[in-house]
Amino acid sequence: MFEQLEGSKAVAKAVARCRPRVIAAYPISPQTHIVEALSDFVRDGELTGCEYLMVESEFGAMSACIGASGVGARTYTATASQGLLFMTEALFNASGLGLPIVMTVANRAIGAPINIWNDHSDSMSQRDSGWVQLFAASNQEAVDLHVQAFVLAERLSLPVMVCMDGFVLTHAVEDVDLPEQDQVDAFLPPFVPRQRLDPRDPITIGSMVGPEAFTEVRYLMHDQQLAALDELPRIAADFQAAFGRDSGGLVHPYRTEDADVVVVALGSVLGGVNEVVDALREEGVAAGSLGISCYRPWPADAVREAIGSARTVVVVERAFAPGVGGVVSQDVRLALRPLAAPGPAVYDVVAGLGGRPVTRTALRRLLDDVVAGRLDPHGLHFLDLDHDLLERAGTPWRGTS
Amino acid sequence: MTGDVTDLKLYQVGTFAAGNRLVDLELRSVQAHADRANSITSGHRACQGCGEALGARYVLDAAMRAAGGDMVVANATGCLEVFSTPYPESSWQVAWLHSLFGNAPAVASGMAAGLRALGRETRVVGQGGDGGTVDIGFGCLSGMFERNDDVLYVCYDNQGYMNTGVQRSGATPPAARTANTGTAGPEPGNVFGQGKSAPLIAMAHEIPYVATATVADLRDLERKVTKAMSMRGARYLHVLVPCPLGWAAGPSDTIKLARLAAQSGIFPVFEAEHGEVTAVTPIRRQVPVEEYLRLQGRFAHLFGKRARPDLVARIQAGADRNIARFGLIDADTETQTSTEPGTGSD
Repeated sequence: MFEQLEGSKAVAKAVARCRPRVIAAYPISPQTHIVEALSDFVRDGELTGCEYLMVESEFGAMSACIGASGVGARTYTATASQGLLFMTEALFNASGLGLPIVMTVANRAIGAPINIWNDHSDSMSQRDSGWVQLFAASNQEAVDLHVQAFVLAERLSLPVMVCMDGFVLTHAVEDVDLPEQDQVDAFLPPFVPRQRLDPRDPITIGSMVGPEAFTEVRYLMHDQQLAALDELPRIAADFQAAFGRDSGGLVHPYRTEDADVVVVALGSVLGGVNEVVDALREEGVAAGSLGISCYRPWPADAVREAIGSARTVVVVERAFAPGVGGVVSQDVRLALRPLAAPGPAVYDVVAGLGGRPVTRTALRRLLDDVVAGRLDPHGLHFLDLDHDLLERAGTPWRGTS
Repeated sequence: MTGDVTDLKLYQVGTFAAGNRLVDLELRSVQAHADRANSITSGHRACQGCGEALGARYVLDAAMRAAGGDMVVANATGCLEVFSTPYPESSWQVAWLHSLFGNAPAVASGMAAGLRALGRETRVVGQGGDGGTVDIGFGCLSGMFERNDDVLYVCYDNQGYMNTGVQRSGATPPAARTANTGTAGPEPGNVFGQGKSAPLIAMAHEIPYVATATVADLRDLERKVTKAMSMRGARYLHVLVPCPLGWAAGPSDTIKLARLAAQSGIFPVFEAEHGEVTAVTPIRRQVPVEEYLRLQGRFAHLFGKRARPDLVARIQAGADRNIARFGLIDADTETQTSTEPGTGSD
């Protein structure tokens, strides 16, 4: 049923219909509306059989999720930014223990300087935490991804992070088709944990493992991640059959079939990107876009296949590694490695940090520059960089290299 | 309380094994029962004389008995976790989960929430050493207390980071030598800080039950665990567990040191309910702190060639403050002491 809802409220309703048994959360903008709504649902009976723990920190939140998941309860939390970083130690632990916790990350910048607005620095910093990372391009997809995330997490015994752009999505009110309770019940079976703490069959979880087996345990984690690459398209297909929507999966190619230029991006920026792609197409430029829906595990084959024979790839990143450059672009280069040399040129473009809007005008200017050969394909580019501000700070822009 | 084990006069100390045989089956300790859980069983790699291994055994078996075997355990990183679970072996015969160093109370809270949501009656125990409890896990512990989550949390206090090589923790006593509080300089050993009494801070949360205990009085330890398990909500047990390695003491002195800590007033043994002290274990034969300190290499610099009687006096003053604060020696106790047989058979 379509409802006009704030993104956070829509996600909270979708999560409630997944019937979590334990929600442990700590407030941080822009995640707060999600957990506030869930707290209401638990209190007013919209969500029954669920314990809502108001913990003392994000570290406590993820730790409580570990305990709850360890005894076999379906477990959910949400956070952002500094909160995600405060969880870091527990994130690695949850994935190491193979606990199928689902978490929303309302993507927000990381300080210093402190900044509450949207970019992807938070979840990118947890790239190697062993969590599956799914990125929503819209509120509808955010809703759908949560339902799929529980299925994936519990099928593979892996924790899953659903990333949605803070404020841009979480606080945007739009029409969302909410899955009905009976539909979700049919799609998401009751949680049967792969292992759980059972006093009748006591097991030890969290042993100390030395050099003789540590590598193998980590390899098994890698293997489990790769299994998600097979599982996600199946879940997305099942979801489409059940709900009639193309949500999730690994990647979302848009007009890439014969594209010369492909823009790669994650999250809500894809809407604007696709509009620019359409405009370029109308002017005869063979442009396309590739939305990454599953960032971890990295769907290298799907990325390479979607990019196809394009000669130019522009990666628009809402995070970057200071002193190096793009984050996603490195993965894109890795995906393109099997192609015969010379592969396509891959541009690293940092855009939309700390809530700076990624406008269609700026994207259009960027792509015009790329198509006209005005940008150095080996450089790191910052969209809408304020050169005057840099001058005043005494550190002028170095150029593109 | 007729029939309660507290009525039992046991004049043996230590394991009470001999005393047990003299009493009815029902009054014997949990450890004396053939059907004890053996929650942490033999084969683990604890040091000889480890107070923590002993304490954990008594605590968990008593808790398992009280829970009818329906119990799960969250364990912090530390000696107890490391010596009990070298993959692929495990000493645990209880359902046991180790997550991180600083989160055992929160993990336990999550377990309790999960079990409640699933409609299970399973009880939850969280446990860790003093580092995991009073330092790195303190925020999570306070949160668990404040929410009054249905968890018994047990701190095995050996007064330092023993697993990482005997460094100072927030529970290390003043003047003690550790790997990072050496004996050089005018203030040898650990600083004389303001102290950090986790039990008193726990009491400030007004949780249903807070108690301290030592491995010198295992019968008392079992009784407190049993009592704690009869209650609901957040409960905290702080157990002094001497560490032969970290304290540079003889492995055979573990019980003796725990007893001397209590009898000198250095470690007050008491119970509190909802923020108020309800019972103290009286000091029957007060000993000067020196008797306790001299058995430990970590205090050796206070004696001998460069003796520091001034620092010993400060430690004594701290013990005296505990005695006064908790009323460990009062007129009644002294009367009692004079009419009872001695308990000091080592």
